[in-house]
Amino acid sequence: MLSIDCPWCGARDETEFHYGSQAHVSYPENPDQLSDEAWAEYIFYRDNPKGWYQERWVHTAGCRRWFNLWRNTATHQFGPSYKPFTQAPERPQ
Amino acid sequence: MSLVNFEFDAKILSGQKGEPLAAALLKNGIKTFTESTYLSRPRGVMALGAEEPCALVQIDSGAGEPMFPATQVELVAGLAARGLAGIGDLPNVNDDARYDKANRHVEVLIIGAGLAGLRAAKSAIKKNQRVMLIDDAPTPGGFASQSNQVIDPELLAVLEAPNLVHLQRTTAVGLYDQGYVVAIERRTDHLAANYDPKIARIRTWHIRAKEIILATGAFQRYLVFPNNDRPGIMLSHAAATYVDKYQVNIFKNAVVVTVDDQGYLDALRLHKNGVKVHAIVDVRSKVSGNLVNEVKSLGIELFFNSTITNSGADQNGELSSVEISQVDLSGKNIDKTKEISCDLLAVSGGWTPTVHLATFIGIKPKWIKEKAAFVLQDLPKGISAVGTVAGDFGKVANPPAIFFGILPEDELAQVSFIDLQRDATVRDLKRATGAGLTSIEHIKRYTTIGTAHDQGKTSGTTTIGLLSQLINKEPQEIGTLTFRPPYIPVPFAALAGRDRGELSDPIRTTPIHQWHQEAGAPFEDVGQWKRPWYFPLADEDMDQAVARECLAARNQVAVMDASTLGKIDIQGPDAAEFLDRIYTNMFSTLKINHSRYGLMCGVDGMVFDDGVTTRLGENHFLMTTTTSGAAKVLDWLEEWLQTEWPELKVYCTSVTEHWSTVAIVGPKSRELMKKLSPDLDVSNDAFPFMTNQFAKVAEVPARIARISFSGELAYEINVEAIYGLHVWNAVIEHGKEFGITPYGTETMHVLRAEKGFVIVGQETDGTQTPQDLAMDWIVSKKKDFIGKRSFSRSDTAREGRHQLVGVLPTDKKALLPEGSYLVAKDSSQAVVGSNHLGHVTSFYYSAELDRTFGLAILENGKNRIGEKLMVPIFDEKVEVEITEPIFYDKENLRRDG
Repeated sequence: MLSIDCPWCGARDETEFHYGSQAHVSYPENPDQLSDEAWAEYIFYRDNPKGWYQERWVHTAGCRRWFNLWRNTATHQFGPSYKPFTQAPERPQ
Repeated sequence: MSLVNFEFDAKILSGQKGEPLAAALLKNGIKTFTESTYLSRPRGVMALGAEEPCALVQIDSGAGEPMFPATQVELVAGLAARGLAGIGDLPNVNDDARYDKANRHVEVLIIGAGLAGLRAAKSAIKKNQRVMLIDDAPTPGGFASQSNQVIDPELLAVLEAPNLVHLQRTTAVGLYDQGYVVAIERRTDHLAANYDPKIARIRTWHIRAKEIILATGAFQRYLVFPNNDRPGIMLSHAAATYVDKYQVNIFKNAVVVTVDDQGYLDALRLHKNGVKVHAIVDVRSKVSGNLVNEVKSLGIELFFNSTITNSGADQNGELSSVEISQVDLSGKNIDKTKEISCDLLAVSGGWTPTVHLATFIGIKPKWIKEKAAFVLQDLPKGISAVGTVAGDFGKVANPPAIFFGILPEDELAQVSFIDLQRDATVRDLKRATGAGLTSIEHIKRYTTIGTAHDQGKTSGTTTIGLLSQLINKEPQEIGTLTFRPPYIPVPFAALAGRDRGELSDPIRTTPIHQWHQEAGAPFEDVGQWKRPWYFPLADEDMDQAVARECLAARNQVAVMDASTLGKIDIQGPDAAEFLDRIYTNMFSTLKINHSRYGLMCGVDGMVFDDGVTTRLGENHFLMTTTTSGAAKVLDWLEEWLQTEWPELKVYCTSVTEHWSTVAIVGPKSRELMKKLSPDLDVSNDAFPFMTNQFAKVAEVPARIARISFSGELAYEINVEAIYGLHVWNAVIEHGKEFGITPYGTETMHVLRAEKGFVIVGQETDGTQTPQDLAMDWIVSKKKDFIGKRSFSRSDTAREGRHQLVGVLPTDKKALLPEGSYLVAKDSSQAVVGSNHLGHVTSFYYSAELDRTFGLAILENGKNRIGEKLMVPIFDEKVEVEITEPIFYDKENLRRDG
């Protein structure tokens, strides 16, 4: 049971949250003008790094708000979490 | 201490209350507790605690326990146990005991209340930290207490500190990231049988600690030689503790075999308690110091450069003699020197620190040659180790030998046990290395060493040591076995706690639930909701009830509780714009108090959910979702609002539980509506399809919607949840003269399928576009919405995708299981690989059509309409015709009555 730091509610149990894939993947401005390849890139392709990764989570059983956080996929460590549309903290060391 | 009676293998025995069952059995002269799992060799007790590989028992008294080491069972009056040959039976009576869970956040968690743990607690308490100290034994003190040493009362006083939570009989079974530890506290098994049943038998602790201090100590290892498993052969510390602490007096003549100084200490303890120690057999060439002098002065014979190379047994298979031979440290050059008669062989094979918990989070123990042990060192932040587990073995005069036993050939290899629980021997290990295996993980799986209940607590390092000899690698290169939680076997009941039976998952019921129960309806689980399935009359079975309910809805009037539909209240100046982006069809053009069916897709263009949304005001909508999709849809809406379109002023609130919905369905529903709400103009002109009216129904305020999920004239009466049952009762009462018939989810499914209405999640599986479902009409060309771009992707736009169709068996009575495959008419019988063209998603008997029918998802379905296909069901093939996915009232003539 991981403990996740919701930027609004503080540290809460993992079971209160839902995962929302990679952070900072924006909906394209003009989907109509994208090639099939570029659109497929948006809907299907995500990074899969070993190490620090920016992810999106939602505190479903709490404040119901979405936020971003840094997580290390190799060590399970969490870095800082932050609200959407705010400056992302630096990649943790 | 008091004497109590207990039962073992159907014999009545007596022993001291509170002592380990293993000690009580020994005192009763029982050395053989059970047989080994695979070879049926007699086995007794080898160790002291959770590490015990042999002495398993089944507990039949109290709540029962299918498998537990006798070393960890505390004797109570009335205990009934049986020796267990490795495989237990679940008790076949209900377990009435209570189990519960507790959470605790602390600054420091110390695992193990031996001297090292107590000292760590003392210093943490001084720092005014919130401390928790847990230990798996009945009393604190660990090794010192087992060794009958007096513990400094000042140290024991820390247990009284107000900032300390102290638990004995509590085993940490899991250690996870972020200082999370799960522990199992055994609270009642050691009490007399008549304890207060309100006390939970086991409490599962979920502990979060800023800092974890592992003071888990170490286990002694045994040595490998032929017939090293006989009852009477024990770890030396265990043997000395049974004799000294628990006054086991059945052993008369002992031999000690050792690789370290512990053997000498234990020899002295045995001697002091009246056991004649004939010899100490030490593999080392030279030892010095007071200990050795003391042993010599007692006349105990010393054999250096020697070990035990075989053992003899009496007629019961219990130890009667040992064979002593000269060996070098590789275990070779065996030169037999002597045979000694004895009834106890105390084995001191070195210490194996209890590193398991740390390895659960990926920590690799370090091999320290001088200590012949894997220890915990250089741990990550937040976790530390103290005492033996950290390699602090105290002052030792002579370093231990790195020696794990001998590796005999042929028949002797087959009785030289490495993992006693698994009956795995030197022969198995040699076969593994002979087959070319060198990885400890491969060898574990090939030989099964370390896979029993004890996970190789006593055998792990021995295996690694012998393997290092066989393949000429250092133990550090081989590494330890991967241990996994739980550290000891844990009953499922302990993990479930009180979340059993109806508490295992939340149950959601509507305000009308009680009426459904009283009407005798069976319930269907839809997500966490209990929905009435059908309402059988006297002797009806399900098919009869559903046929009757369907005919009532089509020909008279029927009523359904639709309260479970997900409802999301959406408000804000940009609500209409928001819905335009979410739904495939337009909502900004919807008039106030009008409703519209909407479909939403994922960005990949696949149907995600559907439902009717009503505009209650310029900036106010009420969305309905599928019953099971409500939470998912709300998350989805919030995701877009919060992460993509923060500029939209829209607020979403779940109101599913706030409203009760009673749907009245059928050609006579208008007359019934008139009765229920006499002031309401229910004519089709004043109250057309897909519009809403506000009126009183049975004297309570209601929103009435002309919505139909059956194709019939229908009204959905929405009232505040507290009025749900009241309105339902009024509908039943007023409906009597029209023959009102309540119906459940099954009839709802049949009615909608007759009209070809899909259920998201039944007809769809996340790979269907609206076009695949023949719903092109709902896809707006005028606006962008989530998923739209995907409709022009080559794969989504291509011809011949899997599409929704109807299926009609040629035999009108044939029933097809939902999920059945559709294959070409000339296809071979077996469905193999790619010859299936699609599958049946819904299938029912229609009373209205007096035949069976279904919906299916079929490859190139739109172009196969009119074709005949086959559905293989076991040895049969059922011929079906592919049709348009609509079977009833294609012209929508019935919805306006």
